[in-house]
Amino acid sequence: MKNKFIVHPYMPNSVPETKKEMLNALKVEKVEDLYKDVIPKHLRFKGEMRLPDPIFSEYELKKHVEKILSKNISSSDYISFLGAGCYQHYVPAVCDEINSRSEFLTAYCGDTYSDHGKMQAIFEYCSMMAELVDMDVVSYTNYDGGQASSSSIRMALRITGRREVILPKIMHPEILSQVRDYCKHVADIKFVDYDPVTGQTDLKDLKNKISEKTAAIYLENPSYIGILEEHGQEIADMAHEHGALFIVSADPSSLGILESPANYGADIVCGDIQPLGMHMHYGGGCAGYIATPQEKKLVQEIPTYLYGITLTKVEGEYGWGRALNERCSHGSREDANEYFGTECGLWAITAGVYLALMGPRGMEELGETIIYRANYAKNLLSKIDGVKAGIFDSNHFKEFVVNFDETGKTIDEINKRLLDYGIFGGKDLSKDFPELGNSALYCVTEIIGIDEIKKLVAALKEIV
Amino acid sequence: MGNENNKARKRNFHQARWNEPIIMEMGTKGERGILIPAVEAEVRAITGEIESLIPKGLRRKKAPALPEMSQMQVLRHYLRLSQETMGADFNIDIGLGTCTMKYNPKIHEVFVRSHKMTDLHPYQDESTVQGILEVLYKMGEFCKEISGLDTFTFQPTAGTQAIYSNASVVRAYHEDNGEGEERDEIITTIFSHPGNPAAASTAGYRVITLMPDESGLPDFEALEAIVSNRTAALIITNPEDTGIFNPRIKEFTDLVHSVGGLCIYDQANLNGVFGITRAKEGGFDMCHFNLHKTFSSPHGSQGPGAGAQGVTKKLSKYLPTPTIEFDGEKYYFQYNRPDSIGKLRKFYGVPPVVLRAYAYVMSLGAAGLKEVAEISILNNNYMLERMLKEIPGISMPMAEGVRRLEQARLSWEKLKEDTGVGTDDIDRRIVDYGFQSYFTSHHPQIISEPFTPEPVETYSKADIDEYVEAFKEIANEAYSTPEVVKTAPHNAALSTIADPEGLVNYEKFACTWRGFKKYIQP
Amino acid sequence: MTKKIGLIVNPVAGIGGRAGLKGSDSPEIIELAAKMGIESESRKRSEVVLTEIYKFRDKFELIVAPGEMGEDAAKAMGFNPMILGEINSGSTTSNDTEKIAMKMMDMGVDLLLFVGGDGTARNIYNAVNTSITVLGIPSGVKMHSSVFSITPKIAGELISKYFQNGMGTREAEVMDIDEELFRHGKVVARLYGYLKVPNLANLVQGTKVGGIDTEASIMQGIATTVTEMMKRDNEYIYIIGPGTTTRAITDKLDLESTLLGVDVLYKNKLVAKDVDEITILNLIRDKPAKIIVTPIGGQGYVFGRGNQQISYDVIKLVGKNNIIIVSTIEKLTSIKNKTLLVDTGREDVDNMLCGVYRIITGYRSEHTYKIK
Repeated sequence: MKNKFIVHPYMPNSVPETKKEMLNALKVEKVEDLYKDVIPKHLRFKGEMRLPDPIFSEYELKKHVEKILSKNISSSDYISFLGAGCYQHYVPAVCDEINSRSEFLTAYCGDTYSDHGKMQAIFEYCSMMAELVDMDVVSYTNYDGGQASSSSIRMALRITGRREVILPKIMHPEILSQVRDYCKHVADIKFVDYDPVTGQTDLKDLKNKISEKTAAIYLENPSYIGILEEHGQEIADMAHEHGALFIVSADPSSLGILESPANYGADIVCGDIQPLGMHMHYGGGCAGYIATPQEKKLVQEIPTYLYGITLTKVEGEYGWGRALNERCSHGSREDANEYFGTECGLWAITAGVYLALMGPRGMEELGETIIYRANYAKNLLSKIDGVKAGIFDSNHFKEFVVNFDETGKTIDEINKRLLDYGIFGGKDLSKDFPELGNSALYCVTEIIGIDEIKKLVAALKEIV
Repeated sequence: MGNENNKARKRNFHQARWNEPIIMEMGTKGERGILIPAVEAEVRAITGEIESLIPKGLRRKKAPALPEMSQMQVLRHYLRLSQETMGADFNIDIGLGTCTMKYNPKIHEVFVRSHKMTDLHPYQDESTVQGILEVLYKMGEFCKEISGLDTFTFQPTAGTQAIYSNASVVRAYHEDNGEGEERDEIITTIFSHPGNPAAASTAGYRVITLMPDESGLPDFEALEAIVSNRTAALIITNPEDTGIFNPRIKEFTDLVHSVGGLCIYDQANLNGVFGITRAKEGGFDMCHFNLHKTFSSPHGSQGPGAGAQGVTKKLSKYLPTPTIEFDGEKYYFQYNRPDSIGKLRKFYGVPPVVLRAYAYVMSLGAAGLKEVAEISILNNNYMLERMLKEIPGISMPMAEGVRRLEQARLSWEKLKEDTGVGTDDIDRRIVDYGFQSYFTSHHPQIISEPFTPEPVETYSKADIDEYVEAFKEIANEAYSTPEVVKTAPHNAALSTIADPEGLVNYEKFACTWRGFKKYIQP
Repeated sequence: MTKKIGLIVNPVAGIGGRAGLKGSDSPEIIELAAKMGIESESRKRSEVVLTEIYKFRDKFELIVAPGEMGEDAAKAMGFNPMILGEINSGSTTSNDTEKIAMKMMDMGVDLLLFVGGDGTARNIYNAVNTSITVLGIPSGVKMHSSVFSITPKIAGELISKYFQNGMGTREAEVMDIDEELFRHGKVVARLYGYLKVPNLANLVQGTKVGGIDTEASIMQGIATTVTEMMKRDNEYIYIIGPGTTTRAITDKLDLESTLLGVDVLYKNKLVAKDVDEITILNLIRDKPAKIIVTPIGGQGYVFGRGNQQISYDVIKLVGKNNIIIVSTIEKLTSIKNKTLLVDTGREDVDNMLCGVYRIITGYRSEHTYKIK
C-alpha cells in the first residue's frame, strides 16, 4: 500500500504523463535529476520516514479522524463551568459562516488591491474594538491575550526606559509564565498583594512598592478570579505620579456593561478577544488585542501590524495598507526590538462580525446576563453545606472562587465525581494558589442557565 | 489527454467591487443583529438588581458606539467584503513565495468544525480529551520522523513564535552551562526570514547577519571569521528564500558546534525537501515547521497558524510547558518540567491547526510527502524554464546554472531599466489577471526589483502555464504600453491608487474609524 | 499648489570621459574634446528624463537654465519652461551652474535636477548646500558622489513617485577627485559635503511600504551600539572618520564634530578636531586606538576616499582588529560590487585590510562584509 503509485487528488502533476511531459521540457529523466547536484549525498535522508500507511480515500480518512475525535467529550456534551482565560460563550451562526468563507479562510498576506475586503474587515474590527475599549488605536491581533500582556509590558519598559514591573499577586498563572519568559532579560518583576477581605489590590502595599524605577503597573480587571477592581483610578494616579504606565488586561465581553479601563486612567488596555465569537478550540480560539490612545510615543511601540486607512482619488473611497512599519524594529533604545509574525487574522475578522451583530445593546445585555447568572450561581452554591462561593467580599463578573475546605475533599476528587453527572467543574486553583485553600474557579457565561446551575448544585450536594 | 483542455486561458477577470461603506456608518438605531438569552425573573429575585452587582464607578457610562444592524445586513456586508478578497482557493496563488500556498483540503474543515474540536475547553479533565491529545501526540511523532529530531511541541502560535521559542531554548541551554552571559550572539543570514533576527533580538541577543558570497549563499569564510565563544547559535534557512540550497550546510553546523554554539534550522521552506533531507542530516539541534504552510492549514487572513518546534534530546527539557506524553494507555500533559522556558501561549498552541496537519500527513504517508517535495521542485523548475526563456526583462540573479528547489527569487531589473516598469507595478497589474498580488522580497532587497514565486505541488501544469502566460503578457505590455501597467490595477476590488501618506506619516495615520474622524477628517 | 522642478544641464559633462580625458573640469579639456569631435552626452540624458516626466507635466512647473544648459532640451521635448538666468552660449562655465542653482533655490524650487558628474555636483553643493532637495542625473566621467540616480530613466520614475506620494530625503555624499592628479593616474578623492536627495530606500511604490526603518532611527541604533562599546573599552582613543553615520555617534555624545573631517575622542571627549595625519599619529603614539569609519560614496570605499587623514601609517599603528566599520544596511546593499574597497596608497596595508568585517548596522545588529 505504502509505496504503491497513486495519482493523488492534491497533486495534479502526479499524473505520470504530465510529469513526463514536464521532465521532457527540462530535458531530464526523473525529478531526482533536478536536485541530485544541489543536495549532496551526505545530506540526503537514506531511509524512509516511518509514518503510518496513508489513507487515500476521503471517506476512510473521515472515518479515521472522526473515530479519534469521538473520544473527546465536548463542553456541549457536558455542562462546563470552566473559564480561566478561555470561555464558552454563544457563537452566532453568522460568525462561523463568515470565517468559513474561502475568501477569508484561505487568504494570507495579499494587500491593498487584491485583498481590499480583508483589509476593510480588519480595519472595521479595530474600529469596533476601539469603541468598545474607548481608545483610538487598536492593533492587529497578537498571538493571544498573554502575548498582548507581555508585549504591553515591554512597550512600557521601552517608553519609560525602566526595568521594573508590578504585577498582581493573583494573576493568570499561564500569562505570568508568558510574561516571565518574554521579559526575562529586560524586566524585574515585583508583585503587589491583594486585600485579604476584598481580593482587590492592596493599595498600601502598592504604595510601598511603586517607585521611580517602576515602568508599569499591570492589572487584570476583572481579575483572574473574577473580582472587579474598584480602585482603578487611584492606581492609575499612583502610576502616573511615579512616571509609570498603567496597563489593564480587560475581558472584552465585560465592556458592554463595565467601564473601559481607558476611562479610569489606563494607558494601555489589552486582553484576549476569544470571547467575541470564537469557539474555544481547546485554547486555539485565543487571540490578543492591544489598545492605546493616539499618542505617538505609545503607537510607535506597538509591535504588530497596524492597518492604516488611506484616501484615494475618488471622493469617499478608502484603501488600506500596513502602516508605520518602521515601528516594528526600532533600533534606538536598549532592547527595543520585538518580533511578530502570522498572528490571528481570522479571529479578528470574526470578532468584528460578532461586535457588529451584538451592537451596543447586545454587549450591554451580554454583560448583564453574565453578571446575573454568575451571581445566581454563586448564591445557590453558597447555600450548600461546606461550600463557600465567592470567598472575597467584592463584586464579580463571570468567575468566582468556590472553596471546598470544609468538605474535606480535594478539587480533583470533586471534579472527577462531577464528570459522572456530565459536568466539568471549575478550574482547580489549589496548586497555583495554595493560600486560597481547596478552591476552584467557577465560570458562568450567558449560556449557563437556571437548569445548568441547578444541576451543578444538585450534583455537588450529593458529592460533598 | 488534457492538453487541449488546458490551453492557457486569458480571462476577462474583474474582481467584485461593492464600494461597501465602513460598517461604522451603517445600520439604524435600534436594529439588532442577534439576541442572547434573557435573564429570568427567578434569577433576579435571588441576586437583586444589576446596580447592586456592579461597583458604582465601574458601570459603563456611555454605551460603545458600535453599529446597530439587523442580522442579514451584517451578513451581507461581510459577504461583500469577502468577495473583495482574493482567497487562495480562488486563484493560482503561486506568487506568495515562501508562504507555501497549497490546497487546504475541505475535509479538514469538517474535522475542525466538529463540536468535538470547537467546544473543547483546555482545562477539561484529560480523560475527556483523549482524542485531541492523541492527535497532538501522534503529530509530534510524525514530526520527529520528518525532521530526525527527538522532541516536538506545538505550543507556538506560528512560525516566528517557534523561532522565538528556539531562541529562548538556546538561552536556557547556555545559562544551564554557565555560559549565559558570554554567549550573547546569534548568527543568521540575510535571506532568512526577518523573524529570525527579530526573535533572536527579542530574546536578548546581538544579531550578526551573514551576507551572501558570489554563489548567493551565506559566506562560509565570513562565518569562520565571526564564530567564537560568544556564539550562542546559528539560525539558518535552507533552501533560503532564493530557492538556493546550501550544499555546505553541514560544514556550517559543524563549525558552530565546534565553538560550542547551537544550530537552529528555520524550516519555513520545508515543502521542497520533505523526505529528501532533514534537520538531522544537516547537523541541526533544533528546527521548526509552519503547520499553516507546509502542512496544509489555511492561512486564515494571517493566522491563526501553528509552529511545530523540534529539538534534540539534550534540549528537550527546555521546551515550553507542558509536553504531551503517552503511558501506553492514556495521553496526558506533563507539567513537571523544572528546566522549561515556561509558556509561550496560554494552554497548548492552536490545536485545530495541528488536527489539520495530522489529517494531511495521514492522507499522504511517507512516500506521498516525498512526492510533495518532488512535485514542488518539478513545478518550480518547469515554471522557471518557461519564465526565463519566454518572458522578456526577467532574470534569476546569483548562482548561475544552479537549480532552485521549490521557489526562486527572480528580478525585473532589466525590465525596469528598459521600460521603467518595476516589480511593484507588475505586482499590482497581476491582480487584473485574476491572481493574488505576489511577494517581492523581505527587506532589505539584495536582489533588485524582486519577485518570489513558489509553485507548490497543488498547481497543475495547466495552472503554471496560465501563470507564466500572464506574466509574459504583462512584460510585453511593459514594452508596448507601460502606462497600462504603471496605473494598474484596473480590475481589482480597489482600483484607484491609494495615497500612501497615511501609511508612512504619523500625522496622517489612523487605524480605526474614530481615529480617522477625530484626527484626519474631522 | 503646483510644484516646481528646476533643471540645470552641464552641457560639457561627460565629454572628457569619452575622449579618454578623465573629466571635463577645465576649459582646456573641453576644447580638446571639441577638437576631437566629441558631442555632448548630457543633452541626450536630459531628454530621457524629460520624456519620463512629460507624462505628468500638468503637475509641475518646469524652470530651466537657458540654452544648452536646459532650455534647448526642454523645448525639444515639448515643454514650455520658464527660463532663469543668463549664459554665454558655447562657453558656459561652472560659475553659470552655481549662479543659476542659487537663483532656483531663491525662487523655491521643490526639486532641483542637474545633469552632470561629480564636478557638477560640487557646483550645486556650493550653491545650495542642503537647503533644497536635488537629484543628479548621471552624465559625468567621475561619479564618486552618491547623489545620482542609477540611470536617467529611473530618475524619471523616482521624480514621478516623489511628486505623487512624497517621500523622505536623505543626505548623500558629494565626492570629487583631484582632477590634475587623477589625470596622472592618482586617485585622491575628497568628501566635499552633502546634498539632500530623495530617499530611495523609503521610496514608496504604489502603497507597498516595506518594513523599513527610517534612516535616522537606524543611525541612532548604530550610535547606541558604538557608544556602549566606547563605554566598555574606555582606555582607547577613538578616531572618527567623516560622514553622517559617524556624526550620529558624536551627536549622541553631545560633541561638536566635523562632518567632513576626522575627529579624535578620548573618554567621550573631543581631544582634537578636524585633524590631519600627523596629529593623529602623535595622539596615538602611546595609547591604544580604534578607528570608526563608514564607507563613503556609492563604490564602498572604507579608506582612501574622503578620509585620507587616516593614512596607511595610522591604520598600521592602530591595527586591523581595531577598525570598526559602521553603515546603514541600505548603504551597504547599494554598494555596486557587494564588497568594500580600500585604497590607502600602500599595497601591503591594503592587503592587510582584506578579509571579513562585522559591520555595525543597527542596535546590537551587525552584518558581515568583506574588504577586497
